[in-house]
Amino acid sequence: MRRSRFPIAMTAVVMAFLYLPIIILILNSFNPARFSSRWEGFSLVWYAKLFESPEIWQAVRNTLIIAVSVTAVSVVLGTAAAYALHRFGASRLQRVHYTLIYQPLVVPEILMGISLLMTFVAVGVPLGLFTIFLAHVTFCVSYVAMTVLGRLQDFDFSVIEAARDLGASSWQSTRKILLPMLMPGIVAGALLAFTLSVDDFVITFFVAGPGSTTLPLRIYSMIKYGAPPMINALSTLLLVVTLTAVLLSQRLANRRSGAVKSTG
Amino acid sequence: MRRRQTEWLVSLPTLAWLTLFVVIPTLLVFVIAFRPANPYGGIGRGWTLDTIRALATPNYLLIAWRTLWISLLTTAICLLLALPAGYTIARAPERWRNRLLLCVIIPFWTSFLVRVFAWRSLLHPEGPVKKALEAIGLVGPEATLLYHPAAVVLVMVYTFLPFTILPIYAAAEKFDFRLVEAARDLGARPFQSFRKIFLPGIRRGVVTAVLVVFIPALGSYIIPDLVGGPSGEMIGNKIAQRVFSDRNLPHASALSAVLVLAVLAPLVAVLVLQRKGKKSDIIMGEAP
Repeated sequence: MRRSRFPIAMTAVVMAFLYLPIIILILNSFNPARFSSRWEGFSLVWYAKLFESPEIWQAVRNTLIIAVSVTAVSVVLGTAAAYALHRFGASRLQRVHYTLIYQPLVVPEILMGISLLMTFVAVGVPLGLFTIFLAHVTFCVSYVAMTVLGRLQDFDFSVIEAARDLGASSWQSTRKILLPMLMPGIVAGALLAFTLSVDDFVITFFVAGPGSTTLPLRIYSMIKYGAPPMINALSTLLLVVTLTAVLLSQRLANRRSGAVKSTG
Repeated sequence: MRRRQTEWLVSLPTLAWLTLFVVIPTLLVFVIAFRPANPYGGIGRGWTLDTIRALATPNYLLIAWRTLWISLLTTAICLLLALPAGYTIARAPERWRNRLLLCVIIPFWTSFLVRVFAWRSLLHPEGPVKKALEAIGLVGPEATLLYHPAAVVLVMVYTFLPFTILPIYAAAEKFDFRLVEAARDLGARPFQSFRKIFLPGIRRGVVTAVLVVFIPALGSYIIPDLVGGPSGEMIGNKIAQRVFSDRNLPHASALSAVLVLAVLAPLVAVLVLQRKGKKSDIIMGEAP
């Protein structure tokens, strides 16, 4: 009996649709032509221009400051949350907890952006790097918690009980057994948090203030007000950074289970 | 009770954080919708219903209608593309399956803004898509591909497609394909077995896919902003305009409150339908 070829052909079309625009963008970043419909040879001229721009460097600096601090805080919060969800999953408190953690994953970004902006304005917090940090942690915690939770579900808690029986204190068994075994999940979550923070535009756009321009905000204003092909080069660099983090995190998250799971 | 104490201790940080930065802000949106604006771009004193009344204009109705049909159309097209893709990936040999899945996940995580920008240059009057269509004679030289609702739908399908494929794949992976083979043996045509056996079998994955596309689609902002132009504006653009162009936070709040309710509607609908039918956990358990 012959299986229909139609789904396979459709999948090929879908893959081409997903990747062609990105490939064309990367190719164009090496194209010296101002209007990118004609190929005029390989060149790094846009990359050179990029490295000369002080605004870009300032944006890179802001982006990294935020991403690193967001990753540190959301990893701690997210891991504790995942542990609570897994260990005490059946309780009413954890059901509320889960709903809260799940919310940032479904609610449209613009709603999170606007509601945080209202809060900062109402309380009188000046907008800037700090408000961006608070906003980013809020959505990164959910992704970290979900990633670590996936890892915890494969974890055999009888190992901890064995250690306790053999005289280990609760802190010892957590530090020497639980954390090392969860490490791949935690690192995967950290990489995702870093990527999401580096990448976020919508929420950042709402809670940013003067002088706190991040890389995506910079790219946006370059797109909106005059579009030099420098954006192609900058986008390619951003793609390389996020892609590396994603591939690493996928590797780590699936190191033992072997299958690629959909996290987030 | 030690256990109870530990539970609170490890849950408290996230509970507190999310209460401060998710629950209270969401409630605040509803409160500020009833406050007047002050001339300095902040929130005034007292209470008013004027902002809510100001929403009932033909212009906003048009925007609401456009937001709805663009989101519905996007969801439908995503589903049509994701069903064969999810099916193929689930049926692929193990080695291929993981590679294909990674190919779906990579765009899911790569810069959203960059991917929208890529389409903006593709659809540009000087860009390759326009040139190609002109060469085959499908469009005239004066046609514009950018700044049109169709461009918004196209780019939205592009960005949301991975979100649709993943839940469909997850459901298809658990599906027993021997059922399809049995149907074929009994004389069903490929499309018949797909529609009558496979589709009902992965129903839950389909519902999840619809939710994870339709809900974020309603709140789209960047895509209509960068490729839609004035004729492709959605409710998200109006919220941003009230914030950044006229600094009228209460007006932006009122619009956001409408969006919150619009987002809740499909979630509640699915929950109610589930209560009626079998008890399952589509929303809580399976969304990616």
